[in-house]
Amino acid sequence: MIRSAVALAAVGLLAASLLWVAGTMPVEVAPASARIAEKLAGTGASHPVTGVLLGFRAYDTLLEVAVLLLAVAGTAAARAAPAHAPVPVRAHPVTDPALRGLVPVLGPTMVLVAGYLLWAGTHAPGGAFQAAAVLAAASILLALSDVLPAPDADSRAVRVALAFGLAAFLLVFHLGALPRALLAVESALTLSIALALACLFGARRP
Amino acid sequence: MTAALAYAAAGIVLFCLGLYALVAKAHLLRKILAVNVMASGVFLTLVGLAQRGGAPDPIPHAMVLTGIVVAVSATAFGLALLRRLHEASGADTLEEDRGE
Repeated sequence: MIRSAVALAAVGLLAASLLWVAGTMPVEVAPASARIAEKLAGTGASHPVTGVLLGFRAYDTLLEVAVLLLAVAGTAAARAAPAHAPVPVRAHPVTDPALRGLVPVLGPTMVLVAGYLLWAGTHAPGGAFQAAAVLAAASILLALSDVLPAPDADSRAVRVALAFGLAAFLLVFHLGALPRALLAVESALTLSIALALACLFGARRP
Repeated sequence: MTAALAYAAAGIVLFCLGLYALVAKAHLLRKILAVNVMASGVFLTLVGLAQRGGAPDPIPHAMVLTGIVVAVSATAFGLALLRRLHEASGADTLEEDRGE
């Protein structure tokens, strides 16, 4: 009771001060968007956000992929040993008509949408992370409807594929070829990130 | 008050709501959800503040994209830890929160 009241007061004070700061913050005199527009051609992308992600702040993107891999490692480590938590395979078949009807339609569509998002990322909103998110969602859908099991982070092949995207990014980044090989690097990243997200949220029906 | 400022203010309010829930609620799943709400608040504030000038500033947009992925990873890891805690001890709150 006391703790809730103190927390409420403290949070209210924080909210008031943050709102005051946001209201009185001066708008910058030389906006970054103008400076970015000048140098965008050098990054190999024609959309400013993609240019920032994979050109000016490529290091952030690199570390972000590394954090994702770290989360996969942590989640795999936090799992109970297989002897204690056996995965029931096909406990009972999928009978939900909506699921059975939707999966043949949605599955291929999601893969196509992911491919389009990956390609569109160079000149419109899109790119590796968006495509990977759609692919991971497709993987979860397939796992939930017993079509294809979610990838298992314990297998050697999956681990190599997970590391492949980060390794390709690092290699191309250090060779200085990022502007030329942007789509190739983004494709490698999409594969790794989609696999990582699918491993993280590997769906099992109860 | 411009539209951009309204989005930033909404983001700040979301952040503070999430922070309160993080501190005040005992159930661990609620804490994980509260952290997600705080993250959404931060993203909304970043995007709102980026629109105040004439042309939208793309750097905060890229930071939000990075932030979404990191928030998703952290949520997945938190959920895995919570699940393991529950399997190991049957608890879904922390020691210090159980007294209340």
